[in-house]
Amino acid sequence: MSEKVVKELDEVVIKFSGDSGDGMQLTGTQFSDTSALFGNDIATFPDYPAEIRAPQGTVGGVSGFQLHIGHKEIHTPGDYADVLIAMNPAALSANLKWVKSGGTIILDIDTFTEKNIKKAGCPPDPLKDQKFGDFQIIEAPISSLTQESLKDSGLDKKSMLRSKNMFALGMVYWIFNRPLDYTEGFFEKKFGKDPKTVDANKKVLRDGFNFANTIEALRSYRINPAKIEKGRYRNINGNVATAWGFLAAAEKSKLQLFIGSYPITPATDILQELAARKDLGVKSFQAEDEIAGICTAIGASFTGSLAITTTSGPGLALKSEAIGLAVITELPLVIVDVQRGGPSTGLPTKTEQSDLFQALYGRNGESPLVVVAASTPSNCFHYAYQSSKIALEHMTPVILLTDGFIANGTEPWRIPAMKDMDSITPIIAKANSKDYQPYRRDAEKLVREWAVPGTEGLEHRIGGLEKMDVTGNVSYVPENHAVMTDIRDNKIKKVANYIPEQEIYGDKDAEICVIGWGGTYGHLYTAVQELNEEGKKVALVHFNYIKPLPKNTKEVLAKFKKHLVCELNLGQFVNYLRMSFPEFEYSQYNKVQGLPFTVIEIKEEITKMMEG
Amino acid sequence: MVETKQYTPQDFKSDQEVRWCAGCGDSAILSAVHKAMAELGHNKEDYAVISGIGCSSRFPYYMNTYGFHGIHGRAGAISSGAKTANPKLSVWQITGDGDALAIGGNHFIHEIRRNVDLNVLLFNNQIYGLTKGQYSPTSKFGQKTKTSPFGTVEVPFNSGELVIGAKGKFFARGVDNNVKLNVDIFKEADGHRGTSVVELYQNCVIFNNGVFAAITDRETKDDNQLILEHGKPMIFGKENNKGLVLDGFKLKVVTIGENGVKESDILVHDKYEEDPTLHLALINMALPNFPVALGVIRAVKAHTYDERVEDQIKQVQATAKIKSVDDLLNSGSTWMVE
Repeated sequence: MSEKVVKELDEVVIKFSGDSGDGMQLTGTQFSDTSALFGNDIATFPDYPAEIRAPQGTVGGVSGFQLHIGHKEIHTPGDYADVLIAMNPAALSANLKWVKSGGTIILDIDTFTEKNIKKAGCPPDPLKDQKFGDFQIIEAPISSLTQESLKDSGLDKKSMLRSKNMFALGMVYWIFNRPLDYTEGFFEKKFGKDPKTVDANKKVLRDGFNFANTIEALRSYRINPAKIEKGRYRNINGNVATAWGFLAAAEKSKLQLFIGSYPITPATDILQELAARKDLGVKSFQAEDEIAGICTAIGASFTGSLAITTTSGPGLALKSEAIGLAVITELPLVIVDVQRGGPSTGLPTKTEQSDLFQALYGRNGESPLVVVAASTPSNCFHYAYQSSKIALEHMTPVILLTDGFIANGTEPWRIPAMKDMDSITPIIAKANSKDYQPYRRDAEKLVREWAVPGTEGLEHRIGGLEKMDVTGNVSYVPENHAVMTDIRDNKIKKVANYIPEQEIYGDKDAEICVIGWGGTYGHLYTAVQELNEEGKKVALVHFNYIKPLPKNTKEVLAKFKKHLVCELNLGQFVNYLRMSFPEFEYSQYNKVQGLPFTVIEIKEEITKMMEG
Repeated sequence: MVETKQYTPQDFKSDQEVRWCAGCGDSAILSAVHKAMAELGHNKEDYAVISGIGCSSRFPYYMNTYGFHGIHGRAGAISSGAKTANPKLSVWQITGDGDALAIGGNHFIHEIRRNVDLNVLLFNNQIYGLTKGQYSPTSKFGQKTKTSPFGTVEVPFNSGELVIGAKGKFFARGVDNNVKLNVDIFKEADGHRGTSVVELYQNCVIFNNGVFAAITDRETKDDNQLILEHGKPMIFGKENNKGLVLDGFKLKVVTIGENGVKESDILVHDKYEEDPTLHLALINMALPNFPVALGVIRAVKAHTYDERVEDQIKQVQATAKIKSVDDLLNSGSTWMVE
C-alpha cells in the first residue's frame, strides 16, 4: 500500500444511501461495528421508507444509514454528513441538503444515466449543477468495478451487483483507516456454507479499499478511540434494549414474561425480539388486533405474569379502553408506545413525541397511570426495567414512551450485570390469608395485593365496574366512587417517593435551562455541552419520569430564570408543566417534521434566547 | 398426588346478590355451572371465570371462584391471555351474542382458530338486554326492536356455523331450562382440550320473551329438539319415532315405521368426526322443517394453543445456549474497553 497522509479528526458523520434493496443498512452496520471495536464512541440511525419495495430509483425508495463516530463523546447520529455515499441519483437527491458544506460525496457514477436522473427528479445534470460547488465529488464507477472485480467468479450479473455495497464500504474503510477483518469475519459467519459468496464479497471489499487508495483526490482520516468507561460493550438499538429490559425484570422478579402484541411500525421489533426468546421462557402472543394484544396481557397479568404490550400511537388509541380496565383493576402492566408521526397513520417510519397527551390523558374517566420515557437507545433497557418494577411494586399500568428515533438508533452499551440491578418485589398475597381483601391497601404506597388465581383461599372477583373500597365488590355508592377516584390518583402520586430526583446537566448556575423529555436527550445534551464549551451558560433539565414528575421538579425549575422547553410536537410537555407549575414562565421550541432535532437548530434557539 | 377436595354447588356461590331479572334464563345456567364445577374435580382456586359486558357477563360476580369482569367484547382475548400464561387454570369465558359475535367477533373467531383450552359459554338471547332491547347479530331477520322499529334488514349469524368456519373443534348447544343437559355439556366441555364453545339459548323475559318457546316449552320441545348423543341414532319426537337420514347431501326427517324406515336407517351421531359437513348440517337445522340440535354436536381432538406454546418453549430450552439474561446480554458481538 502506498504511503498516505492521515489527518486526525475528533468526529465524523457518514451516511450510506441507496435504493432500499441496495443493502445500505448492512453496510452501515458493518462500518459501525468495526468502529466500535476500534474504540470509537458511536451513534447510528437508519432511515428507510415505509414501503418495503418502493419503486427503484425514486426518492421515495431511498434507504439510508447515518452514523456518527468520535474520538469524543457522541450523543446523536449527527446533524449533517461529512461523507455521503450515494448509490444512485435518487439517494443523492434525497440527501444533498444533509451534507455539510465542504463535505465529500461518493457517487456510483455508473447509475447516473439520463433515465435514472430523471426518475430521481434531480436537475438535468446534477453533477454540473451550481450547488455542487461546495462539495468534493468522487465519481466512482462502483457498479462496473464490482462487475470487473467479480468477472472470474462465475456469478451472474445480478448476483455480482448485489455486492456493490461492499465495494463502497471498502472505499470508506480506506478513507477512515479501518481494518477489514471484522467484515471479512462477518462474511464467513454469514455465508460460511457458500465459500463462493464469501470469497466474492471479500474480493469486492478489498478491491473497493484498493480503489480508494488510487484516487488522488481522496484524503485519509483517523478518528482515534474515545475515552470510554471500562467494561464489556455491545451495540444495541432501542427496541432490542426495551425487549431485554423486560427480560431482565422478569428474571429479577422471578415471574414469567408475557407479551401480547400486534405488529406495528416502529414497535414490531420488540415483539419479534421477545418471540425469539423462548430460551428464556417468554410467552409471546401475536394477537389478532391491538385490543387483543393488551387484553391478553391483562389476562396474563390477572393470572400472575409480568405482562406487557407493545405498540405505536394508533395502537395506543385502540388500547385505551383496556388501559382503563388495568387502571381500575389495579393490575401490573407495561404498555410500550414507540411514538411515530401522527395523527392517524401519519408517518409510520418517522419520529415524533406527539403521544404524550394520549399517554397522560387518552382514556375515559379519571384514569391515572404512570408515564415513563426512555431517552437514548441503550437506556430503553433501564426504563423498561424500571417501568416493570413500578408496575409490579405499585400494582398499576405504566406507559413507557420511546420513539422511532431511539427505537432504531444504535449506540454502544456497557453491558450491565443482573446482580447489580435493583430488586423487584411483586406484592403477592399469600395463600389462605384469613383477612385478605382484594382492595385492601398498604398505607405508604396505597397498593393492593396481587392474589393470583390458583392460590388457595383467595378467590375473588375484579373487573371494570367501580369497586367498593377494601372489599372490591361492585359499588355504585356516590361517596365510595369519590373515595376510590382519590385513591387511584394518590396511588400514582405516591410513586414520586420511589423514583430518582431530577438531575441538572450542564451549567447549574445558568439563568437559562433547556427542558426536554424522552428521545431528544442526545441533541439537547450535545447542544448544551457545545455551548458550555463555548463559554455560554446554559443547563439542561431532561425528564424520564413524566407522571409523576420527580418530587424535586419545582425546586429544580426554580433555579432558572428562563425555561426553554424543546420537544417534537406542538408543545405537549410545556403545557403539562404550565399546568403543573404555573408559577414559572416557559418558552417553547417545537418541531413536527417527523425528524429529530438538529444540534445546530437547538444551539441557535438557545443563543437567540440568551440575546433576547 | 394432591388430594382433590370435595365440593357442593353451594361452595361455588358467591355472597353477592344475583341481580338478573326474575325469570331470566341466566339464573338456571348459573345453577348448572355451580353444579358442574362441584362435580368436575378441579380445586376451586383453579377456576377463573372471565366475562365481557352484557347481562350474562355479570356472571363472575356470582361465582365464588377467581373471576374477572372485562370490557365489552374482549372476554375472549382476556381469557386467551389468562390461559396461555397460566395453563393449569380451568378458564371459563362467559359471553353473549352481542359480546362474542358483534363487538368481540374478531376475538371469538381467533380464539377458536388457535384452539386455546377454554370453556366458552355463549349466552344467546338474540337481543341486547343490558342496553334495553336493541337487535343483536343473532336476532331473527325482520325482528322489530328498538333500533329496528320496522324490522331488521340484517341476516343473523348462527353461532355454530361461525365456530365451524373458524375451524372449531368443539361445539355444543343447550337451552337455559335444561339444567341436567347443561351440567353434562359443561362437564364434557371442560374435559375437552381446546376451545369448547357452548351456545346456550337463553330467554330474555323482558326484551325477547318466548323467542325459544317452541324449542323449550314442555308441550312442543320433544318434537322440536333433538338431543344428540354420541354413538346413538338421531331420534326425537313425542313418540320417539322421528329420526334423521341423509338424502343426497341433505338431512331429512323421517318417521320410523313409515315407508319402510327402520331404526337402523337413522343416522348415528359421531361427535368425533373431523369432517365438519354433517356437524354443520346439524347446527343449521331450524324449525319448522327440522328439530333444533342440542347436546354436544362436535368434539374433535386436537392440539391446543396453550400446550403448543409450552412445548415449543421446552423444546427450545432443551438445546438453548442462552440460559439467563446475563448470557443473553453477553451473547453475540461484544468487545472489551480496558
